[in-house]
Amino acid sequence: MRDALALPEIVSRAEALYRDYSLGTVRDWKKRTGGLAVGYMPIYIPRELLHAQGVLPVGLMGARDDLEIIKGDAYYQSYICHIPRSTIELGLNGRIDCLDGVLFPAICDVIRNLSGMWQMLFPDKLVRYLDVPQNFDPAIGGRFYRDELEALSADLTARGARPYDEDALRTSLEIYNIERRLVRDLYALRQAEPWKVPTSELYVVLRALLVLPVEEGIVMLEQYRSAVENATDRQPLDQARVLLTGSFCEQPPLGLIRTLERAGCYIVDDDFVQITRWIRSDIPLDGDPLQRLVEAFLSDAIASPTRYLDHGEKGAELVERMRASGAEGVLFCAPSFCDPALLDQPMVVRAVERTKVPWTAFKYSENTGQFQVIREQAGTFADSIKLWSEA
Amino acid sequence: MTPTTPPADAQKDASQVRQKEMIARHFDRLAAAPETGDKTAYTFVPGNLTELLLSFDLLPVLPEINALQSAMRGKTAEYIALAEKLGHSEDVCTYVKSDIGMLKSGNIGPTGQRLPNPDVLLLSYTGCFTFMKWFELLREEYHCPVAMLHVPYQPEGRITPSMRDYVVKQLKDEIIPELERVSGRAYDEDKLKEHLRLAAQAEDDLVWVLQSAKHKPSPIDAYFGAVYYVGPIFSAFRGTQAAVDYYRALRAEIAVRIAKGQGPVTPDGEIEHERFRVVVEGPPNWTSFRQFWKMFADEGAVAVASTYTKVGGVFDTGFRHDPSRPLETLAEYCLGCYTNLGLPTRIKLLAQYLKEYEADGFLINSVKSCNSFSAGQLHIMREVERLSGKPGGFVESDLVDPRYFSAANIKNRLESYFQMLEQKRLGGAA
Repeated sequence: MRDALALPEIVSRAEALYRDYSLGTVRDWKKRTGGLAVGYMPIYIPRELLHAQGVLPVGLMGARDDLEIIKGDAYYQSYICHIPRSTIELGLNGRIDCLDGVLFPAICDVIRNLSGMWQMLFPDKLVRYLDVPQNFDPAIGGRFYRDELEALSADLTARGARPYDEDALRTSLEIYNIERRLVRDLYALRQAEPWKVPTSELYVVLRALLVLPVEEGIVMLEQYRSAVENATDRQPLDQARVLLTGSFCEQPPLGLIRTLERAGCYIVDDDFVQITRWIRSDIPLDGDPLQRLVEAFLSDAIASPTRYLDHGEKGAELVERMRASGAEGVLFCAPSFCDPALLDQPMVVRAVERTKVPWTAFKYSENTGQFQVIREQAGTFADSIKLWSEA
Repeated sequence: MTPTTPPADAQKDASQVRQKEMIARHFDRLAAAPETGDKTAYTFVPGNLTELLLSFDLLPVLPEINALQSAMRGKTAEYIALAEKLGHSEDVCTYVKSDIGMLKSGNIGPTGQRLPNPDVLLLSYTGCFTFMKWFELLREEYHCPVAMLHVPYQPEGRITPSMRDYVVKQLKDEIIPELERVSGRAYDEDKLKEHLRLAAQAEDDLVWVLQSAKHKPSPIDAYFGAVYYVGPIFSAFRGTQAAVDYYRALRAEIAVRIAKGQGPVTPDGEIEHERFRVVVEGPPNWTSFRQFWKMFADEGAVAVASTYTKVGGVFDTGFRHDPSRPLETLAEYCLGCYTNLGLPTRIKLLAQYLKEYEADGFLINSVKSCNSFSAGQLHIMREVERLSGKPGGFVESDLVDPRYFSAANIKNRLESYFQMLEQKRLGGAA
């Protein structure tokens, strides 16, 4: 049994971690353990492998509206999304200098090219572009991905991490299975009783997981779960149930999420901080654990727009999520200039339209500071859903 | 500024005329495909597997080239508007939107004939994330099979055995069987080898042509002019005798220009006095291509090397298709295309060009549509300046969206840049 903490205390700690640009917990962890801490860009990296080698994986998701971008803007034209410029800003102003390296998974060309810039700007750090296969045959894409993971493992060892050990990885898979299960349970609870788990709260908890050792993250998830279950003062409101999609890389400001909720939306499913949900179910613990990690990526990952969908219909998974979450509407909420989200959108919109579920779309940037227009749009959308459902 | 009178007919080299005929014949075959039963494969320029397609008698269609040709014919404004009306974001690649708009407008190709629907989409996913989404979009329109070839990125500027094996396995186990199914023909390695042998011959002559810009004055413009030179080899003709003949004739044509000490031919005439030698990074703007080129030509500025002419293969650093290792060589070709190279490698290549071609400076045309090229170009500019000691200039436009070509701004920037080069030269001489 964990110590019971008051809900405001848990949320306030999570929010403080989310707001800490200087990665205080990571610095403390390094002081305490002497281990390596390695950052990673969205959306997915195999955290289990880092953990098994004694490395702290640290999620980087850009900044918010309260970081003044000075140096970062000098690296990017106006038509490039915001997350690379804030990441550069954090790197150049020393806020994340406690990281011994950064991993850049294959998301899009902007993040890919950022990996090259990082190599040159921080030559003493580990910088690795993690190419993930778009071929999902275990003998082809699986072999390639395994090679990538083995190369990553060797890079970590060369930097002073513990060498790869099968038993250690099995233990790490087990720990991350627990984390994923707890997050899935929270998502299920929010779907069932969204008034108990406001997304603006769940979101900061998810963000806190990015900078905490997984063991501490698990404690936070359990404490939060227990606290919201006991929050009997939280009662249902007359809100529209919506699924929010498109926000998987650059994140919206917290104020935007709060605005959507205040505008009358219960967000019952979303794409935020997908690292904890990228692998959909428990990774089996039998057999070769590295191969299990590879297989999970190949056959049990979500249908992200960053992956090539080699079978089935575009948008089918989103439609299934709409059904499972009981969403009455869909918010296409993508960052400006986000290729994966915006190129995917017309196809996914068509899939949603076939279901006759209403949708609306807007864009944001992580430093968006004015929400009035979105509030009006989302409010009108939520009102119209409520009116239709009552008809 | 938009010209109020139509421009005079563009001056063309004999090679350009020859190329035009080659392309016209290809589009005639495409237009006739529904009657002749020829099968077509839509595919992309970077990482194109033309030799493999030809070995199955499949006709390649390159949507990027259709888009840029639509832009040169002034059609993309309406195509893009139509795509945006259908829900495609204003933020994304305008090649894609032009292609979607063209498709929705009857799929009329650059020669005014209807393009056939694809029998297969050969998604060679090389150096550009958008390619993947583009063919997902087309798959929904055409409902045809997709052969997906994932080509890993080269972040460290080297091809590892794992990368090569991954691509070769995909070719062997997925791409070739799919092309066999679509074409109804068995894989014929000898035929592929013959196409690869012809490809290497044409590549030799193309490299000779591109490197002719080391002469002073340069007989070619290696950016605007070279767009025409790479046309056959980047599209449907690499690995054909027609391409070998074209590049042999082009080489002879350039050799004459060198012997006569002539500068490049532009649509508005020859550049008689080469004032500035520049290296250019990034694709051209296609909607105002001639106007953009004239801004250089009017200043006596000649591009002596460019990176855009390497998107369909970086041949000038030594790569040639090797018929003795057919699938491995195709894998290495795909892996080595310019936009599949990490930024440090791109920077080194640019600095190398500045040195080898004795350029005065370099210019970046940063296009809104192409994050693969553009993300990081400001960093590239600083690093290339640092490595080479040569000044960089930066202009912004788009590939095929005329809304993003601001002629006055670009002209101002170019003029200031060339003035600066001139001043630097005078200062250096003082």
